[in-house]
Amino acid sequence: MNAPAVDQAVAATTEAGDRAISAIDTIANTAAGDWLAAAQRAAKVAAAHADAVDRDARFPEEAFAELRREGLMSAMIPAGYGGGGLALPDVARICETLAEGCSSSAMIYAMHQIQVACIVDHGTGLAWQREALARIVKEQWLLASATSEQNIGGSLRTSACAVELIDGAFSIEKLAPTISYGAHADCILITSRRTADSPPSDQVLIVACRDQMELERRGTWDSLGMRGTCSEGFRLVAKGHADQILPVPFAQISDQTMLPVSHTLWAAVWIGIARDAMNRAHAFFRKSVRGKPGPLPPSATRLAEATGMLHMMQARLNVALQTAAAASAARAAAQSCELDAPLSAVHAFASDINALKLGISTTALSVVQDALMICGMAGYKNGTPFSVGRHLRDLFSAPLMISNDRIALNTANLLLAQRSPLPEGI
Amino acid sequence: MKSELRRIVFGLAQIDPQANTLTDDADLYAAGLSSLATVHVMLAIEDEFGIEIPDRMLTRRLFSSINSLAAAVAELQQAQAA
Repeated sequence: MNAPAVDQAVAATTEAGDRAISAIDTIANTAAGDWLAAAQRAAKVAAAHADAVDRDARFPEEAFAELRREGLMSAMIPAGYGGGGLALPDVARICETLAEGCSSSAMIYAMHQIQVACIVDHGTGLAWQREALARIVKEQWLLASATSEQNIGGSLRTSACAVELIDGAFSIEKLAPTISYGAHADCILITSRRTADSPPSDQVLIVACRDQMELERRGTWDSLGMRGTCSEGFRLVAKGHADQILPVPFAQISDQTMLPVSHTLWAAVWIGIARDAMNRAHAFFRKSVRGKPGPLPPSATRLAEATGMLHMMQARLNVALQTAAAASAARAAAQSCELDAPLSAVHAFASDINALKLGISTTALSVVQDALMICGMAGYKNGTPFSVGRHLRDLFSAPLMISNDRIALNTANLLLAQRSPLPEGI
Repeated sequence: MKSELRRIVFGLAQIDPQANTLTDDADLYAAGLSSLATVHVMLAIEDEFGIEIPDRMLTRRLFSSINSLAAAVAELQQAQAA
């Protein structure tokens, strides 16, 4: 039961090497050309296999073969390292486009980009990390993350395991109840305590390659939705060079990169899922009116309202993407060190991004429920052009991915620190 | 004042009681002070000393040690008295 995961690890590393040869000539073309068209091509492949991925709870390998062929795995890596050099809003568009085809593919792609962003933002001072970026481009790696931990659950900012450093080499062992697509990743980013003596909140982020780790599968993934993410549990053991530990505290990586990038890209995925469901509802509405001229069906007003909600979600995401870009630019321009950054701005930004997550995760779900009401039995049944059951099941994960209850409580704490609930200018 | 600050910070930040051996200039973040806990530390200090900490003073550095917090409280109390 455990051995295959290790065997797969070896196979995955060889595959990554083979991929490098075919990927390298297409990347330059895609980066310079139309990345959105490339995303649409990948979304089409993802859509063709979405039902099978969902039914069998299997990794969407066809979609990722296409994403790799298009060079989209390195879309957000700066051009200086050979990547696509796309900004966060562009990557959000790719996530949304993919989600219209297959939720699991889009969510895996989004989670991968979040890990890439952590290395791009915080790792480039180290030669090992720069080399990793170049390899992500060349070999079109898929990056996963091991943040959850046994007995700690989903609390991102707490670790029990501790990294051991001896003579410039690290070793880590972690029991992770979920590592999404862990068995299919080329590289995993792992949170842990800085040292065996550190408190649970003093964390670092380690970048470990597949050929440096053993993964022992400890749990299965037979879930309501997002079945293709294969978010199984693992015991992970990794060893490597000390420079594989990102040099800044994880608290900073989390505040500045992981949370804003996660919440914007997840929101883009959820909007994409809702959009596809609304496309189906719209098609059903037009078909039903075409066949039966006369007064509109009672669900007609629901279509108008849900379409309005879709616009609202899109606008909300755009505002958040602007806020994230402004926060990132302000950090880059600031002369003072991290310790002197104004906390009021840090708190306002964090509560804004949290509010985005709460708002989009619940609204997208309610829009798809409207789509189901519009499509009626044709939507409830699987295998019709108007089925939205998969969309609904997939979106039920949205309020759970970092529980909305936890986020609302955290936001209330942040609001406690602020003199007014909304930042100036909003 | 520093003993009140120690009581507030160690209580709210859920710092290990052993950490009470920390000196007044020890790094509180390294001792386990989370950014969420700083919010409650701020409110408790405002309540305890009857002051309002202005946004310009609110930085990670402010919460980095007992000494840094004490200096800020002293400055604000002085400004109030003037």
